[in-house]
Amino acid sequence: MAANDTSQESPPGERRSDRSPWNWLLVVPVVVPLLTLLFNKDEPRLAGFPAFYWMQFAFIPLGVLCTVLVYRMTRKRG
Amino acid sequence: MSTEHLTEMIVFGALFLLVSGMGFVAARWRRPGTMDSLDEWGLGGRSFGSWITWFLIGGDLYTAYTFVAVPALVFGAGAAGFYAVPYTIVVYPLVFLVLIRLWSVSHVHGFVTPADFVRARFGSPTLALVIAVTGIVATMPYIALQLVGIEAVLKAMGVDGHLPIVIAFAILAAYTYQSGLRAPALIAFVKDILIYLVIIVAVLYIPSKLGGWGHVFDTAQAKFDKTPVPSDGILLDGTNQLNYAMLALGSALALFLYPHSITGVLASKNRNVIKRNMAALPAYSFVLGLIALLGLMAIAAGIKPVVTDGKADTNTVVPLLFDHMFPSWFTGVAYAAIGIGALVPAAIMSIAAANLFTRNIYKEYLRKDATEKQEAAVSKLVSLIVKVGAVACILLLDPEFSIDLQLIGGVIILQTLPAVALGLVTRWFHRGALVAGWAGAWRPACGCCTGSPTRPRARPTSEARPTS
Repeated sequence: MAANDTSQESPPGERRSDRSPWNWLLVVPVVVPLLTLLFNKDEPRLAGFPAFYWMQFAFIPLGVLCTVLVYRMTRKRG
Repeated sequence: MSTEHLTEMIVFGALFLLVSGMGFVAARWRRPGTMDSLDEWGLGGRSFGSWITWFLIGGDLYTAYTFVAVPALVFGAGAAGFYAVPYTIVVYPLVFLVLIRLWSVSHVHGFVTPADFVRARFGSPTLALVIAVTGIVATMPYIALQLVGIEAVLKAMGVDGHLPIVIAFAILAAYTYQSGLRAPALIAFVKDILIYLVIIVAVLYIPSKLGGWGHVFDTAQAKFDKTPVPSDGILLDGTNQLNYAMLALGSALALFLYPHSITGVLASKNRNVIKRNMAALPAYSFVLGLIALLGLMAIAAGIKPVVTDGKADTNTVVPLLFDHMFPSWFTGVAYAAIGIGALVPAAIMSIAAANLFTRNIYKEYLRKDATEKQEAAVSKLVSLIVKVGAVACILLLDPEFSIDLQLIGGVIILQTLPAVALGLVTRWFHRGALVAGWAGAWRPACGCCTGSPTRPRARPTSEARPTS
């Protein structure tokens, strides 16, 4: 699909084509990393890292996963 | 200057010269027919694919100051400084839909700046002027702060005085003038490869020498326990949890309102490039998190910051940690990574500010019939002026003051959120109301940064802003 990227652009009148129920998935990585109650603790430690640190590192792949899903699920609609 | 840092200086100098050469050659990279238009000079021909965009935006948002200030904050306060990680996780899903829409509109209508969009959306050159001036004012101290990153490295090498910084910025100004956005795009490759290399080596090597990660965290906690401040520690205490979350969210909201972030986005060639990058850019957040932990490693290694004029400069802890732990040639590589890390965003920021001036002030008010060639010429010239201004900020003002300015910059750039971001979603706002809202916000916005009793607590915020 990389070859004809530009031909997929929607014409200006069709900007609403961004809409998709999959977009709601983006709320997850916006909200979860802000809920400090989830991860503000020392135990359990992972490889010496307190939970506070390794859990926040773990939110990075979570965010990537959600964003990739939204990208792939909405791609054909463009 | 002493000979003990000689190897470091030679490696640092060699890498610095290498990227300077690349900056000048960049004008011929992906050779355009002509450099005489803003699309070519200021947006690299709007042709960047996924990889270049990833390096460019990554180099743009995660800067020298980040690598120095975030661990410095963690060194001083502990967990609170780690807010940079949730901040940079939250930001991409938050702006995902907004940015692809902004890209589409800008692509169709040939917009170069966020203010161009606002002008067309609301039919108001005045509102666009307000947005442009806000963008320029908020960006200037950002550029100045990049110099703080270089300065920290130079201090750690025992180099004092401002002359090296002036020379570095003169070279930077020259190749930005010649190559436009292509220069930072090309240099960003070197910068990011160096950064990844240094950080991967640092997180594997340093903790093993210090007795393991568990020991690093425990030693840091022991140090924080001894301080009289209750809010520091390797975890957040009850009261600063909300601050932590709000700081992350507020910073995320402000990030893509900065003109230099938008410049990187508009330079990409299509929507899918942006979507892929929103998914791939968090790789940098991972590195940023590891960089933040360098602050704790510095505690465990017993690093004492450089003291100048009786004031301890915690920005020097990471350079000193490298100096303390690595052989000197690798310390030189690490210092070069930080120094080059300052050049990429400084170049993009000055280009973004120059484009704002050209499109929304020069063409709008001074010379309505300007040709593309004239636009490009004015932008090039303004990019020089902006850099001179940034150097003057550092030379003439107390660095503390530019940090305050930068903090205020984050607040005032948020005042453009209704017009730029919400304008993409709805036409509902009236341009008069947006101008009034912007004007009304100045007093409380500046008041909260300068006059209120919260200021001492607000201070670490500015020092840690990872994007500066």
